[in-house]
Amino acid sequence: MESTIQVLIPLFVALPLAVSLLIQLVARGHPALAELLANATMLALVLMTCYAIGDTGLYHMGGWPTPIGIDLRLDALANLLLLAVSLVGFAVALYSVDYMRRFSARGHFYSLFLLMVTGMNGVILAGDLFNLYVFLEVAAVASYSLVAFGCAHEELEASFKYIVLGSLSSALILVAIALVYGITGTLNMAHMAGRIAETGMDAPLLLAFGLFICGFSFKAALVPFHAWLPDAHPAAPAPVSAMLSGVLIKAIGIYVLARLVFNVFGVNESELGLLRWLGVLSMVVGGLMAAGQKDIKRLFAYSSISQVGFMVLGLGLGTPLGLVGALYHLVNHSMFKSLLFLNAGAVEYATGTRNLKELGGLNRALPVTGATSLIGSMSIAGIPPFNGFWSKLIIILACVESGYYGFAAAAVAVSVVTLAYQLKVQRLAFFASLPKSQDWAMQNLRREPPLMALAMILLATGCIALSFAVLGGLSDPWLIGAAREVLTAGVF
Amino acid sequence: MIYSLCLLLILVGLYGVVASRQTLKIVISLVIMQHGVHLLLLLIGYRDGGSPPIFDSTTTLTSFAGLAVDPLPQALVLTSIVIGLGVLALMVALCVRLYDRYGTFDVTEIRRLRG
Amino acid sequence: MNANNRPRPDTPGPGRPDDNGAGMSMIVKTVTRWLKGPILLFGIYIVLYGHITPGGGFGGGVIIACAFILITLALGEKNGLDVFSKALASRLDSGGLLIFLLVGWLGTWWASGYFFENFVTTPEQSYFTLLSGGTMPILNIALGLKVASALFLVFTVLTALRIAQGGVDVEANPEKEET
Repeated sequence: MESTIQVLIPLFVALPLAVSLLIQLVARGHPALAELLANATMLALVLMTCYAIGDTGLYHMGGWPTPIGIDLRLDALANLLLLAVSLVGFAVALYSVDYMRRFSARGHFYSLFLLMVTGMNGVILAGDLFNLYVFLEVAAVASYSLVAFGCAHEELEASFKYIVLGSLSSALILVAIALVYGITGTLNMAHMAGRIAETGMDAPLLLAFGLFICGFSFKAALVPFHAWLPDAHPAAPAPVSAMLSGVLIKAIGIYVLARLVFNVFGVNESELGLLRWLGVLSMVVGGLMAAGQKDIKRLFAYSSISQVGFMVLGLGLGTPLGLVGALYHLVNHSMFKSLLFLNAGAVEYATGTRNLKELGGLNRALPVTGATSLIGSMSIAGIPPFNGFWSKLIIILACVESGYYGFAAAAVAVSVVTLAYQLKVQRLAFFASLPKSQDWAMQNLRREPPLMALAMILLATGCIALSFAVLGGLSDPWLIGAAREVLTAGVF
Repeated sequence: MIYSLCLLLILVGLYGVVASRQTLKIVISLVIMQHGVHLLLLLIGYRDGGSPPIFDSTTTLTSFAGLAVDPLPQALVLTSIVIGLGVLALMVALCVRLYDRYGTFDVTEIRRLRG
Repeated sequence: MNANNRPRPDTPGPGRPDDNGAGMSMIVKTVTRWLKGPILLFGIYIVLYGHITPGGGFGGGVIIACAFILITLALGEKNGLDVFSKALASRLDSGGLLIFLLVGWLGTWWASGYFFENFVTTPEQSYFTLLSGGTMPILNIALGLKVASALFLVFTVLTALRIAQGGVDVEANPEKEET
């Protein structure tokens, strides 16, 4: 117990949980104290994550050795995702100080927010399958409550749809865990990988694997299972949308899929083929549906589905370059999608509407929002030299390298469609002049409060900083190459 | 044979979620589905002619390992029941709030979001 | 579903002659007054002996909560909240889990220094008695407190929600209780 990294690993989960309970206990009637505690915790998590970069560790809870006890595992892939969660979480916590002022019960909001961060950190660090399920449920229940937070009509309806579909998928995941336990006799992922490698993938394991894919595709919002996302993400308050779309669907969806396929079940061609087709389907359907939307946040929600398709396509290619593309796109998307959702929230805060037909000319009234939104849009559309361009380029190159020219063409086409709808948002909301029916020039548009502006600038800086990650080489960006190693290393 | 009965319970719950017109019936069907899953998980740990996995001062480790049913699925099911309780409370609260807003429990009328 | 036809536990019903008129009939009230003590005691027994007999924090906590729910159902909501108020339940809810985490974190100071390590060693001849099992009884008690108060809080909040006439917009004031 000498190294500090061993002390730090359980704190990633225990610290936000303890502060969440503390907020419930002492800060119920004092929202300012709750805001302070939440922001301090997220800052502490960012610092802890930065300290932990490059370290790995295996932590045995309670001192029990591996097959018997519960492990928490920190490796480069977990590091990458913890970084994404804590950076986006910190920016969103800063943003919610001002945005949530019009809601009452803000103490509850910060408690639920920290519970969601606990759940996500727990999923990322979990070393055995049932612990992963428990933390998945913690994060999911916190997110169901957060989506319904304002108790308006659409929020409740969206949250009900989300909770029913989420519970269904969790039941499927539990059936899969039962089957896997029955066959391999263990829940520890490292141990399980060894047993599966010995016995090979026979029929019951294939059934369990299929159920896992179904369950976690619900959580990641891949296309046949995406029905909850276009309702839940727009209806939630803006900081919650940013967390959901930015990190939740990735931490509990794509990360777990990557772990299960590459590290536990072992790679084989049919699994990768399934992932590729799911990815392409999500890409195309998400992109086409996004192009026709009038509500900004609904457009961004469908765009999330499309970008998640890119990531899963990259995972499904299985080659080192494809994995690098998928992981790089994962981190990039966390940054720019949360930035875009925070921008949409700032637009709604200022004008009270999200309908593109009613907006216009906001660049002069909301300068910070306009500038950061331009950066975010250019990133997601894949304009060089922003980060989105590099990650999409790597994925397309990986497709071509593996010989899937059709998928590469589809990826290029979807990128063009992404550019089209992002330009539409930019033009209609920010650059165009006001529609004749609105007279905002007369009213005082509320400019963004300073903390909201700070949060958006933080995420925009993150986007630009990530575009420098490729300086380490196209196939081995900073931090992401190490994460790729974890996946290509095969079973645990 | 008995595993197929668990599967039947899960399918009954699934049918209820898909075909129910009222929000509370959807909630109850989800609970039935979760019961089926818990039963499946418990039965995986069963051993024919086994004894309850309780250690007292007369049990030894070898007799326990040879005779008792597997206690790990029982712990998993206990945890899962408590998780299900939390989710159930949240779902019922949502149903009540939905009634507050829309005036009905009927899912076909709670359709403001579309597209 | 008309909200006015719902039976409410606080208003007097037909044929219930009792001191404040709330709750259920006379037989139920008398039996509850006798039984609430034994049920609570049974729940506490299951929590305390959780390291020897099946049960522990979860099951025992549910039984303790059932005792208080029985009081609320049979004797009326006001009596139930007098015994176990919402503020107290909310504090025990968070406090219980904080004690759980605190005991777990204390494990990093003693023994080999892992979270949730059992750092209290008990002598061999005291195995299978109440004061054995190290930190486990303390964790069971903390869990029992949390589960009992959480379940009682959920029940109270859900039954105390007075539903307005259907479709009327209640002002957006979220009172979401954390489960």
